[in-house]
Amino acid sequence: MAKVLVVTSGKGGVGKTTTTAALGATLAQMGEKVVVVDFDVGLRNLDLILGAERRVVFDFINVVQGIANLSQALIRDKRLENLWLLPASQTRDKDALTDEGVGKIIGELREKFDWIICDSPAGIERGAMLAMRYADEAIVVTNPEVSSVRDSDRIIGMLDSKTVRAEKGEQVAKHLLITRFDPARAARGEMLSIEDVLDILATPLMGIIPESQDVLRASNVGSPVTLNDAASAPARAYIDAARRLKGETIPMTVPEPRKGLMDRLLGRRAA
Amino acid sequence: MMGLRLFGGGRAARAAPIAQVASAPVARERLQILLAHERGLRGQHDLLELLRAEILAVVSRHVSFDPEKLQIKMERGHLVSMLEIDIEVPNTSEGRSAAVA
Repeated sequence: MAKVLVVTSGKGGVGKTTTTAALGATLAQMGEKVVVVDFDVGLRNLDLILGAERRVVFDFINVVQGIANLSQALIRDKRLENLWLLPASQTRDKDALTDEGVGKIIGELREKFDWIICDSPAGIERGAMLAMRYADEAIVVTNPEVSSVRDSDRIIGMLDSKTVRAEKGEQVAKHLLITRFDPARAARGEMLSIEDVLDILATPLMGIIPESQDVLRASNVGSPVTLNDAASAPARAYIDAARRLKGETIPMTVPEPRKGLMDRLLGRRAA
Repeated sequence: MMGLRLFGGGRAARAAPIAQVASAPVARERLQILLAHERGLRGQHDLLELLRAEILAVVSRHVSFDPEKLQIKMERGHLVSMLEIDIEVPNTSEGRSAAVA
């Protein structure tokens, strides 16, 4: 049965789009049929992170307005045959997305895909509301930093009250994904620890993505971090998170970066 | 490289005051206090909206006024809470007659 997953956070710049691309690509590699949907009308970026920016012809709003049909707007990934993108519109008309229109398209996507991953815009306005509206599950992306934790708390409140599931008296399954985590700084008491964040937000942990230059490197070349370098620390963390999403039980770890040539040489000398 | 990093880290730790190093507990405490407050407000949000709509309807039946001049505030205290309703109405008799008519 199809699952609608929203990737949300409240705060901007915490890694929603990176997460959407990485989880989408990993689930597709596992054989699931996945569509990633960009809800950020006017500021679309998922196309860029996936390296599909030059292939966008029609978008979400064109489909809502009946200018194009769904199959015309869906873009198939060049690397993964199971991964598709439904891009957002760059037009500035925020009101073009309606609850009805979104509901209809999500319904159609449910018939074609195993996973519908909705990349939410930042904020708590219309776009963010519509991205979570039809979700069965939610990933709340949080940085171990006060403003991000506060905004996540707000979003968790909205997931529990403003979604179709909540209105029917059902639950949206919520998962916390802590990104840009620096274990060394947390150990020195300079950064909120995983336990602090879990304690405050009281939401089950789905994964811990370490702070890493690999994320920027992947976005520079338009490739999900899991495809660009599957052995990198953030990629391994995302792959674990994707497996947990599928219901596997994986021990929670913070993957460490592989040691560089210099470190290895020095390490060997020291040993 | 590893040796350099260790050296740099040691130097930084020695130079930085203790309070600056362990800032995470401060962050944790601030968040806990703030979120306890904000979670309390969340349920009230709808209550205030409801009050605003009904007060507007009742008062407008007798006096015409600018809806933006209706201020409602709820302050939660330890022993008592205060509901503050502030309505600014025009001073002329026009407002009244217009509303009645």
